[in-house]
Amino acid sequence: MEDQKTIKYLQVLTLKLGDDEYGIDISKITTIIENNYSVTRVPGAPEYIQGVINLRGDIVPVMELRKKLKLAHAEDTEETKIIVVNVEDMMVGIKVDKVLEVIQLDRKSIDEISSADDEEVKGYFMGLGKYNDRVIILINAEKLVKE
Amino acid sequence: MDKNQYLNIFIEEASENLQNLNQSLLELENNPENISILDSIFRIAHTLKGMSATMGFNRMSGLTHVMEDVLQGIKDGKVKVTEEIINLLFNSFDALDGYVKSIIDTGDEGDDDNTDLINVLRNVLSSGKLSEVAGNTRKNDEQGISQSKINVDAFTQNAINKAREMDMNAYEITVHLDKGCVLKSARAFVIFKTLEMYSDIIKSEPSVTDIEDEKFEFSFTVIVISKYDRDFIEKELSKITEVEKVEVNSLEKTGEMLVKTAKADLKTTTASKHTLDTGARQADKTPSKNIRTNKTVRVDIERLDVLLNLVGELIIQKSRLEDVYKDVSKDKNQVQVYEETLKHLERIINSLHDAVMKVRMVPVEVVFNRFPRMIRDLSKELGKEIVLSMSGEDTELDRTVIDEISEPLVHILRNAADHGIEKPEKRLELGKPEQGHINMRAYQEGNNVVIEIEDDGQGINFEKLKKSAVEKGLATAEQVHNATEKQLLDLLFLPSMSTADTISDISGRGVGLDVVKTKIESLSGTIDIETEVGKGTKFIIRLPLTLAMIQALLFYIGEERYALPINNVKKIVKLKTDEIKLVQNKEVWLMDETIVPIVRLDKVLGVPRESQPENTVQTVVVVNKGDKLYGLTVDRLVGQQEIVIKNIGKYLSNIRTISGATILGDGKVALILDINYIAQ
Repeated sequence: MEDQKTIKYLQVLTLKLGDDEYGIDISKITTIIENNYSVTRVPGAPEYIQGVINLRGDIVPVMELRKKLKLAHAEDTEETKIIVVNVEDMMVGIKVDKVLEVIQLDRKSIDEISSADDEEVKGYFMGLGKYNDRVIILINAEKLVKE
Repeated sequence: MDKNQYLNIFIEEASENLQNLNQSLLELENNPENISILDSIFRIAHTLKGMSATMGFNRMSGLTHVMEDVLQGIKDGKVKVTEEIINLLFNSFDALDGYVKSIIDTGDEGDDDNTDLINVLRNVLSSGKLSEVAGNTRKNDEQGISQSKINVDAFTQNAINKAREMDMNAYEITVHLDKGCVLKSARAFVIFKTLEMYSDIIKSEPSVTDIEDEKFEFSFTVIVISKYDRDFIEKELSKITEVEKVEVNSLEKTGEMLVKTAKADLKTTTASKHTLDTGARQADKTPSKNIRTNKTVRVDIERLDVLLNLVGELIIQKSRLEDVYKDVSKDKNQVQVYEETLKHLERIINSLHDAVMKVRMVPVEVVFNRFPRMIRDLSKELGKEIVLSMSGEDTELDRTVIDEISEPLVHILRNAADHGIEKPEKRLELGKPEQGHINMRAYQEGNNVVIEIEDDGQGINFEKLKKSAVEKGLATAEQVHNATEKQLLDLLFLPSMSTADTISDISGRGVGLDVVKTKIESLSGTIDIETEVGKGTKFIIRLPLTLAMIQALLFYIGEERYALPINNVKKIVKLKTDEIKLVQNKEVWLMDETIVPIVRLDKVLGVPRESQPENTVQTVVVVNKGDKLYGLTVDRLVGQQEIVIKNIGKYLSNIRTISGATILGDGKVALILDINYIAQ
């Protein structure tokens, strides 16, 4: 049954990478954890996978969103967090610079992304949302994890 | 008990009943006159009807009701049991199966009304046989009558009613996109935006998220409330590019549903579909679906008693330990008691562990029971006569393995039916019995469970295999010429390998056996093939009995910790640098008479190193892979430990050098190396 609200709004968790603001559909998010887990490197894993951590008994890979989106490197800070998403029974932790808040994005305000520097990276996004004065790049969690 | 618990019980019992129904239908097919089988089927349908009605699954109970009527008709002699009737019953079974699967996935039976299936069943009742109803429904479709049906639930109906009271209009709008439309979700988005200018959308099918994810073919339907009139909205929507057709239907207060004659194709074994596939029904309806064990387990009471007793003993020993600890330093005697208690504890914990593992064991029957029906369908599809016999279905496997093993088994079975067994005429020519035989056997052998699939078909043609391998560039002519039988058979497990002349839908697209091998290896199992041209082929799968814990060797490479199953470790030696020789540019060690190739693990795993350690002594772990030995270099040994194998997760499951992960005492993750790929 379609909740009337869900048709109009998309609930999004906003986060920051550098100066840019991104958003992930909250229905894909399992939990947000601190960046104080011991990460075990995995030989043969893609470059943007830092390694795996022990999250309460489950082995969860950690993806550095900066690397995946081909942005410049930045050191971890105290504000760095890991957002654990669940896509088709796959849990993946996504490391970001800063987690902001959950907002209700009016679907009507979402525009298509017309151009991007990198076609591959563009595939991870599902649009540009506008919230007050902020421009939020919406990440397609499924594509991010599956491709 | 709350609804969820009712649901779980329902799922279990419904699944069991469906399994029995499947079995009985197969028996009926071979004995159409047998009254007791008929009675049995009738009873099952009756039970299912009651169960589903109680849970409010009206579609399911409706279908079973009509099935029951047909079965009664057969019992009364009004309906004759023909092959078509049997097929019809099988189709009904598939539909019921679909409902239950939907319930398992979503808790709801889904939106498929199976109207044409029900119509055919009703027709059979009134006319006593299968008539031209199928033809009629198809004709309607060709005329392109598209009145679509959206499930108008209470919430939506309420909204519609309110709207009508306020003198607003309610419409059901179906938009058909151009077949050439590429960015369907974007186009849909534009349509939605337009609609929102003139109306409020209160329901959409498929759901908005599904539309965003392009989970629809070329049309979707929405229910809207608007001040504007029909024609206006129709016109506005039709203006949008790539919109082929727009249908706007007015909705009245309560209860107007427009019924569509969905496309039906009773010849196939799938149940009827809507043009609008709801998400839950996207599930593949062919029998090759992965069998998922339920979230609940039926456990032998005796096993639970054993567990309970062990826990009791554990508690006792723990108390003793606590008491002793207080006095341990003061009294020498107490130290001995302390140590004895510790030993007891260890023994009990081991037994407890075994007992719990036993609870996780499930008989392979759970996986095997779908196969007879699958082979029956396959035989019809392929025009061959195939008989499947199974034994050892009570052999048990760990639940995690059971879930994963069904897909590979299905594939091998299909291979046997498709490539192995010859067509009846050919078999007669060869002096074989017309019916092909496939034998599935499961049994325990030491620490393993063995599953064999043997057919009496044409066997594997090595000449064709060699030719195919060379053609596909998988090996050179010289290599295949010198290869042993085993090496040639190994070629079959390479991706893109297929010796079928025609690629049938079932198998032979060349993506099969390598996936099977990968799956089985991921379960720490092995797969072997024995074949004889003209006589048949046998696949032998070996799986470890317990999956979750192994004895492992832990060691450091650089600053990183890794684990290796002890099973594979033959020896650990410390070699002086001059004992490692170079032969044809490869490092080896001469162990007595045997040449052991050296594998530099730090290089293979890309372990970051600050500087090359200038050691005069190198620790080497000698492992065996099959009958070959390899020497793996490690830096520091930690020791031997029993570790719990944890799945490394779907995301990283394709990394071949790593077979899993474990969580060590300090909470950190250590990776378990896979001998098969480390030692090359």
